[in-house]
Amino acid sequence: MATTALPQARPYGRSWSTWIYSWVTTTDHKKIGAMYIATSFAMFMIGGVFALGIRTELAQPGLQFLTPDVYNSLFSLHAITMIFLFVMPMTTGVANFVVPLQIGAADMAFPRINALGFWLIPPGAVLILSSFAFGGAPVGWTMYAPLSTKTADQGIDLLVLGLILLGTSSILGSINFLTTTFKLRAPGMTLLRMPMFVWANMVTSVLLLFSVPVLTAGLIMIFIDRNYGGGFFDPALGGNPILWQHVFWFFGHPEVYVLILPAFGVVSEIVPVFARKPLFGYRAFVLATASIGALGFTVWAHHMFTTGAVYLPFFSFFTFLIAVPTGIKFFNWLATMWGGKLRFDTPMLFACGFIALFLIGGLDGAFLAVVPFDFMVQDTYWVVSHIHYVLVAGAVFAIFASLYYWFPKMTGRQLNERLGKLNFWLLFIGTNLTFFPQHLLGLDGMIRRIADYSPNAGWTQLNFLSSIGAFIIALSILPFLWNVFVTLRRPQDAPDDPWDAYTLEWATTSPPPVYNFDVLPPIRSERPLFDLKYGSVAAHAVALPAGPDQSHGEFRIDPPEEFLGQPVEGHEDASGATRGVAAEVSAAAPDATGVAGAGTSEQAEAEQKLADRETKGDTPK
Amino acid sequence: MSGHADIAVAKPDAVAVHGASGHEQRGIDTTLMGMLLFIASEVMFFAALFGAYFNVKASASVWPPEGTDFITPVPIPLIATIILVSSSFVMQWGIWQIRKGNRTAMNRAVAITVLLGVIFLGLQAYDYYNLVTNENFGINSGVYGTLFYTMTGFHGAHVLGGVIGLIVILTRGMQGQFSSRHYMAVEAVSAYWHFVDIVWVALFATLYLLR
Repeated sequence: MATTALPQARPYGRSWSTWIYSWVTTTDHKKIGAMYIATSFAMFMIGGVFALGIRTELAQPGLQFLTPDVYNSLFSLHAITMIFLFVMPMTTGVANFVVPLQIGAADMAFPRINALGFWLIPPGAVLILSSFAFGGAPVGWTMYAPLSTKTADQGIDLLVLGLILLGTSSILGSINFLTTTFKLRAPGMTLLRMPMFVWANMVTSVLLLFSVPVLTAGLIMIFIDRNYGGGFFDPALGGNPILWQHVFWFFGHPEVYVLILPAFGVVSEIVPVFARKPLFGYRAFVLATASIGALGFTVWAHHMFTTGAVYLPFFSFFTFLIAVPTGIKFFNWLATMWGGKLRFDTPMLFACGFIALFLIGGLDGAFLAVVPFDFMVQDTYWVVSHIHYVLVAGAVFAIFASLYYWFPKMTGRQLNERLGKLNFWLLFIGTNLTFFPQHLLGLDGMIRRIADYSPNAGWTQLNFLSSIGAFIIALSILPFLWNVFVTLRRPQDAPDDPWDAYTLEWATTSPPPVYNFDVLPPIRSERPLFDLKYGSVAAHAVALPAGPDQSHGEFRIDPPEEFLGQPVEGHEDASGATRGVAAEVSAAAPDATGVAGAGTSEQAEAEQKLADRETKGDTPK
Repeated sequence: MSGHADIAVAKPDAVAVHGASGHEQRGIDTTLMGMLLFIASEVMFFAALFGAYFNVKASASVWPPEGTDFITPVPIPLIATIILVSSSFVMQWGIWQIRKGNRTAMNRAVAITVLLGVIFLGLQAYDYYNLVTNENFGINSGVYGTLFYTMTGFHGAHVLGGVIGLIVILTRGMQGQFSSRHYMAVEAVSAYWHFVDIVWVALFATLYLLR
């Protein structure tokens, strides 16, 4: 080949400069994904420190720890950091790593735009966080006008500019994901064979593509009002402050689904693998995801019920309606687990925690769709509790689930299960302890965004509980960090397919090579790797009646030589000798051909192999 | 990605089922799809500005505010409209030419489009200059001025972006980088130019005709 004649590229040395250079200049979706994940986890901890500041101040009545002005900036930047600098880049990062692998692509459609998308994040983060040095940004994450246009602090300008950068990054990312998903799927990977995570990410990208530009436009309006004497939100100049709320929530509500749909996708990947069953109702799931995306654009004004400027029945109805596809997903997850052979490894624990706690967040969200109830609890801690039950118990649990689930694929090393379970239980207890009392505080009338409250209001004990919970959440991060630190120092000994999963990313090595796949398995269902490993077993176990010496419910291993013109045992050539599991199937199947005359010893041997494989799969290590 | 072609060869059964043509050659071109998605996001950006305009207009008692009669469709905005719309036709003619393999004609069409775009920007600058100095109408002259300058200004910025993209295309075209089989960059920039043109037509109708 011509390439062999070219001089060899200089191999990367061990010096720091070449190492850094290789990361800064990379266009590999896996490395970019890893950078997204590392950056956003750092932001998660910064945002967490902000949250601890808030909860420390609120633990007791009185102002002990922060001034009201710092407090205002702190809760604003806590929300902005967690939403724009943690959850969004984190899910983008996981998707960046996983989506090309799951659709059998070698990289994203626009690798350099992908790198640009990541490199817009650090400057955006610097702009946003440096607002502390310029008077802070005490405007809430909603930046309501005229508070945001009339407050003089220059920190608000920095916040606006930083958010525009991050929005640009999101738009570039979603263009890239959509093009990748539509153009780079492997042969045979039809839209209805895509993993649910890819579907969720696709709908998320559509939401971002149509909602972020609206936020960008709104931020520009704020910037013009602040700096050039504009009158968008100033009634004295003929403007309309409610306009900002429309613009913001037209972005803000789809944004909620941007934060949670990837989480739904992660849980939909993990639950079937650890229940050892196909996902129940795949098509219903796809439809539910798409309809959540569509309905997400019809409910923005349910954040504005009390403004009196919106048509309440319309937005209330559609808010209830959007609970239907979400409910479909819940029932599908439960039906997937029903009768399954459940394994409670750490990813599954987080997924189950997600299902249990997101249900609470979803239900108290449905309360808010009831207009009279919303009028009662508007801007109280009920809303704070709701948003944290869907974002901490929802998005954060799913993010941890995805990190534990894909860590072996990303690094070739498996995280410690015991530390993982410690992480889960601390987070589970901390989340409930922090946010459940806030429901009661909200019903008691404690409004949000206050630095102090009266000692006579009866809120002291619940606030104290909530603050203890916040510190337990912070504590729960430590086992995770230690786990990652210790694991990264170990040799790369994780198997290619540690969870006995069925999507394509597990069909390559751990970690994958730069080009992702030496060879792809044939894709004829939404579970190509399952077909590869168990296809010849499963296809015929169901179809044929039980033999005289065989009870129902047992596998019979008697595949035909060919099926619809395709050689059934032809999997060896596709899988290669390195794929341990696949080779085993191929070894088992030819032994068992012509089962009519097969002796019992042969059958017993084949069953023994199946049993071996099952026990092996039970305890992946 | 070229890797997929190798995979398809290594996997005869998949080839038999799905065809040996690979999956990249079918359907819309990747570059063009990326551009169309970008345009979709830009549509939403302008939709937000238009939404703001109609929201403010609906809540105002008098619209447009009194004393703004100098915002008229003739002569400059109409001339600018004619220039921008005709530039779209010239650009599309260039696309048809490169599809037939006529590089010279495409280069000429792109050059004319660049010229028309620059004239449009010049007219807009003159219009701004006129409004600011003679009519004392600026971005801080009430919400009407804010909306007028924000909407036309961001459109002008997009025209400028389109002109820069067209200059890149022209430079590459003069180096002979495009042919009847390889012109998707031209197609993508052309799609963007049409989008900018359509936004202007909507702006012209909203700001000048349907006041």
